[in-house]
Amino acid sequence: MTRDQIREEVLDILSDIAPDEDLSSLKDDQSFREQLELDSMDFLDIVMELRKRHRIQIPEDDYMNLRSMDSTVSYLEPLMKDIQKV
Amino acid sequence: MIRSAEDDQRIVITGIGLTAPNGDTLADYRAALLAGRSGVEPYTIRYVGDTLAGVCHYDELKYQNRRDVRRGTRAGSIGIYCAREAVADSGVDWDRINPETVGVYVGVTEHGNVETENEIYEITQFNYDTKVWSHHHNPRTVANNPAGEITLNMGITGPHYTIGAACAAGNAGLIQGAQMLLLHECDFAIAGGVSESIRTFGIFAGFASQGALAAHADPAKASRPFDRGRNGIVVSEGGCLYALERYSDAARRGAKIYGELVGYSMTSDATDFVLPNPVQQSRCMEQALRRAGLNAEDVDVLSTHATATPSGDVQECQAIRRVFGGSNRTRINNTKSFIGHAMGAAGSLELAGNLPAFDDGVCHATINVDDLDPECALPGLVLNEPQETAGVNYILNNSFGMLGINSAVIIKRV
Repeated sequence: MTRDQIREEVLDILSDIAPDEDLSSLKDDQSFREQLELDSMDFLDIVMELRKRHRIQIPEDDYMNLRSMDSTVSYLEPLMKDIQKV
Repeated sequence: MIRSAEDDQRIVITGIGLTAPNGDTLADYRAALLAGRSGVEPYTIRYVGDTLAGVCHYDELKYQNRRDVRRGTRAGSIGIYCAREAVADSGVDWDRINPETVGVYVGVTEHGNVETENEIYEITQFNYDTKVWSHHHNPRTVANNPAGEITLNMGITGPHYTIGAACAAGNAGLIQGAQMLLLHECDFAIAGGVSESIRTFGIFAGFASQGALAAHADPAKASRPFDRGRNGIVVSEGGCLYALERYSDAARRGAKIYGELVGYSMTSDATDFVLPNPVQQSRCMEQALRRAGLNAEDVDVLSTHATATPSGDVQECQAIRRVFGGSNRTRINNTKSFIGHAMGAAGSLELAGNLPAFDDGVCHATINVDDLDPECALPGLVLNEPQETAGVNYILNNSFGMLGINSAVIIKRV
C-alpha cells in the first residue's frame, strides 16, 4: 500500500470506531486525541482492526506511534508496503 | 399536609419506560395490547437460521450516540432507553436530583452470551487466534453491564447492579428496587428488567433442543399460551424499567402515581432445573396476597407467566386454580401471546401493559386462543378480546423461571 492508501485505510477504521465524528477536517499533523473523542479503548480498537484486517501485530511499546495520522502512516508504511489494497 | 411515617414505607411507581416488540411507549404498547396487535416477526440468527422472534424497534440514538451504541451491549442500550424514558415520564426534576441517591436495579435472565458468541465466531474466522478476541469483551459481559451502562449514560453515582433471576427477573428487579427504597439505600430507584436474548443463537438452539421453541406459519399466531395448538416459546427482546419512589416523596412533589406495590413474594421450587412446581407457584401467590393483606377475590387482574409450553401452562393453571379457584371476579390474561417471551424483561413488561387498567378499567386479552386447552380453562380467562370491568383496583403479576424461581407482585390502584 502507498502512504495515501494507508491513510485511507486508517480513516476507514476511524470511521468505524468514531462514527459520530467528522473526519473530513482531520489534520494529519495533530494528535487524534486533540481532534477526536477517543480513549484508550478506542486506540486498542485501531490496533485490533489492523490486526484483523491485515494481520499486523503492533507491540504495546509502539502504540505511541499511533498518535497522529502522520505518525501512524509513517509507522505503518514499512509494515504495509507489501499489502495490496483490496 | 402531615405525612405519616407509614408513607415512608409505601413504594409507588411514578414513571414507566419501556420498549416491547409491539410498542416503545406505554401508550403505544397498551394500544397494541387492546387492539390484539402482535409484535412477533420473522427472524434469522447465526447457525439456527430462520425462526421467529419479538424484535424491538426503539430509536437507540435517542439517548446514545453511535459510538456508545457500538461500544456497549444491546441490553445496555435497551436499559438506557427505558431508564431515560422512565425518568422523563416520572416528571422528576432530574437536574436537581442528587445522583448519589439514585439506585439502578435491573433484572436479567442471562447476560454475556451474546458477546461471547460473537467473539467465538470472530476467532473462528482467524483460526482460533485469541489475539483477535476483543478488549471490549469483559466490560460488555460483566454481569452488571446493563445497569452499569445506565449509570454511565445518566451520571448516576448511587448503587447499581443486575439481578439474575431467570425469567422472573423483571419482577425481581422491581422488588429489589422497592426493598432498597425501604432500606433508604436510595431515594429514587430505576428498577425492572431487560433482555437482549434474541441476539444469542444459543437460547433458540437450547429451546429447540428442549422441544420448546415455537413455530408457526403466521408469526403473529406463534405465541399461543393456553391454546391446544401451542408448541413452545417465541423468544423476544425488550425492556421495562420503573421509576420507584417512597410514597412520601412522590406525594410531596405531586407526582403522578401509576400504582403502589402492596405485596410481593419470591420462592423456590427446589425440585427441578426446568419443570415448574405448581405447589410452590401457589405458595408464591398466596404469600404475596398475605403480605398485601388481600384475599384472592380482591385481585381484579391476574397477569400470567405462561410461555406456551405444553406442560408449563397447565402447571401454572393448576397453581392459579388452587389459589384463585374461589374467586369469580379475577380476570386472567397473558401478554406473551402478543410479544413472545421477553425473558428478563417479561415480568416488568407484562405488569406495565396491565397498569393502565387502573384508569380505563379494561383487562387486555390473551390472544391466539382458538382452541382452549381444557386443562387451562380457568373461569376468569380473558380470551381474544379485551373485557370491560367494573373497575380495577389490584393487579397480580406472576413471573417464573428455570431452576424453580417464582415471583409474584401485587400493585394497588392509588
